[in-house]
Amino acid sequence: MTSYQLASVVGRRARAARLRRLLRGKLVLVAAGAVVALVVLAAVFAPLIAPYDPNAVDPMAVSQGSSAAHWLGTDDTGRDIASRLLHGARPSLLAPLVVTVGAGLVGTALAVAAAWLGGWWDRAITAVLDVVFGFPGLVLAVVGAAVFGAGLKIAVLTLTIAYLPYVARVVRGSALKERNLPYVAALRMLGLGGGRIVLRHVVPNLLPLVLVQTATAFGYTLLDVAAFSFIGLGAQPPTAEWGLMVAQGAPGILAGAPQESLYAGLAIVVFVVACSLLGAGLSQRLTGGER
Amino acid sequence: MTTATVPLLEFDSLRVTLPLGGTQRTVIHRVDLALAAGSAVGLVGESGSGKSLTARSVLGLLPEGARIEGDVRFDGASVPAMRQAELRTLRSRHAAMVFQDPRTHINPLRTVGDFLTEALVSVRREPRAQAEAKVVALLREVHVADAERRMRQRPSELSGGLLQRVMIASALAVEPRLLLADEPTTALDVTTQAEVMAIIDEARENRGLTLLFITHDLALAAAVCDRIAVMYAGHLVEELPARRLVGDAAHRYTRALLASRPDPTVPDARLRAVDGRPLSAFEAGPGCPFAPRCAAAQELCHRERPEPRAVADGRAACHFPHAVDPQAVDLDAVDPHAADTERTAR
Repeated sequence: MTSYQLASVVGRRARAARLRRLLRGKLVLVAAGAVVALVVLAAVFAPLIAPYDPNAVDPMAVSQGSSAAHWLGTDDTGRDIASRLLHGARPSLLAPLVVTVGAGLVGTALAVAAAWLGGWWDRAITAVLDVVFGFPGLVLAVVGAAVFGAGLKIAVLTLTIAYLPYVARVVRGSALKERNLPYVAALRMLGLGGGRIVLRHVVPNLLPLVLVQTATAFGYTLLDVAAFSFIGLGAQPPTAEWGLMVAQGAPGILAGAPQESLYAGLAIVVFVVACSLLGAGLSQRLTGGER
Repeated sequence: MTTATVPLLEFDSLRVTLPLGGTQRTVIHRVDLALAAGSAVGLVGESGSGKSLTARSVLGLLPEGARIEGDVRFDGASVPAMRQAELRTLRSRHAAMVFQDPRTHINPLRTVGDFLTEALVSVRREPRAQAEAKVVALLREVHVADAERRMRQRPSELSGGLLQRVMIASALAVEPRLLLADEPTTALDVTTQAEVMAIIDEARENRGLTLLFITHDLALAAAVCDRIAVMYAGHLVEELPARRLVGDAAHRYTRALLASRPDPTVPDARLRAVDGRPLSAFEAGPGCPFAPRCAAAQELCHRERPEPRAVADGRAACHFPHAVDPQAVDLDAVDPHAADTERTAR
């Protein structure tokens, strides 16, 4: 082999490796995005694409495996698991969406207020958030369920409160930094009021961070909502919801019909992993590799 | 009260303390200074001497926890006594500031046009179209070519010199009577510096602005301003007409500063630094703050703080001002090479 050929081969290999590295990062992001998009579409169009009514019982087809009629089989009352998964995507996605959007909005508002007002306000808001941070979400959910009764709405409310500090702590740090940037002082020197500076300048500049925080949290909140439903503090039967389906299918695992728990669990795992990857990719793109 | 007798801007025994490390520390000891309407005063001094804080006190924009004694009066009205609404009126209509580093003083995510019109539209309630037309005209006035296109660009797309002109335009948009320029050319390269200075000077001339110009550059200050005020460690140590700065500066610190300027006619000459390091304002002892570094310091200088007193048509806070006591060591007369040999010998 001549040195020219060698150089060309080495060059080609290096180029191929570089291409692979580049594509790998992008591929993961694209694949994660595709999974998330697909699940969201499935949730939106569930009534159109689901082959059966999710709550239609069929005593003649109980705990069946996969078949042409029931792709993913049926549960112990003969309900079609594929249809239940599709319909179940709606509360399973909507609940964590409400949690992350709620925690994102309220958390950002609290964080910016604390950072901007400073002093006594900052100490009070931070202290309250620290107290909330001290309680695991589960404890809050149990308290909420004990006071108001178990249900998806209560689970969403308690989770929103539980997730506030996660958003607020990070945003407050950045808001403090932003507040002390010279351009904020320059805006004041132009005679602009505090409210306008906060709403038109500080908050918009913090948005990428808020977006990344909430996008990353979304996967975890979905897991939490599913967990709450699993232990009976979230969605109640006969609602089709992924966490609840895992719980209801549990007896079947020992009875040789694991399909309900299996597919519901898979749906949760795949979606949460896709969300995390998407969140990580977003964070790299939007905040320049921070976090 | 008539405006003819009242200076546009007046510092009256201004003293500022800031909470640092748990205690309230003095950052400005005493500043007495009056700017007549239409005049230009250069405020010079080393970093940390309190120049910028003095300027910021005019717009009521001091760091949190700052306490002010004495007074700053704009057109006879006390700024520290102003309420928030009055302060905003002052900032949006009467006084404006140009900063050292334009890039950090503008929101990087908003367009130049947004930045320039925001105060006009939101604070002064001018219609957007009118504000935009006004701002484009201003950009032309400060020699920004292609003003319409610049309005749609973001700060990162503009060079430092161009951005500083945008900042000057934003200051002029307020149609202020007072312009505070806080080292407006320090972050720029030398040729851009000259252009920006010319623009500020031109705007001052055309609009009859009063200018408080903060700088490290004695020669620049003397060229642009009518009077020069020198600050050291939070004290205003000397104030005199600009044309007399080089020849007749009376304070020992001013003389030392003048002596440390590079001389372009002597190649490879060693710069004569003022010995010692600049004091922070709160480190100043009971005597003259410059005494520890002063070649002419006597026992009295360490013991007793000198009061500002009239020297010719200026003022100097010095016990032994240069012109008054010709017996004292004349810094200009010291042979720099003699000093060098002495230092090497040690």
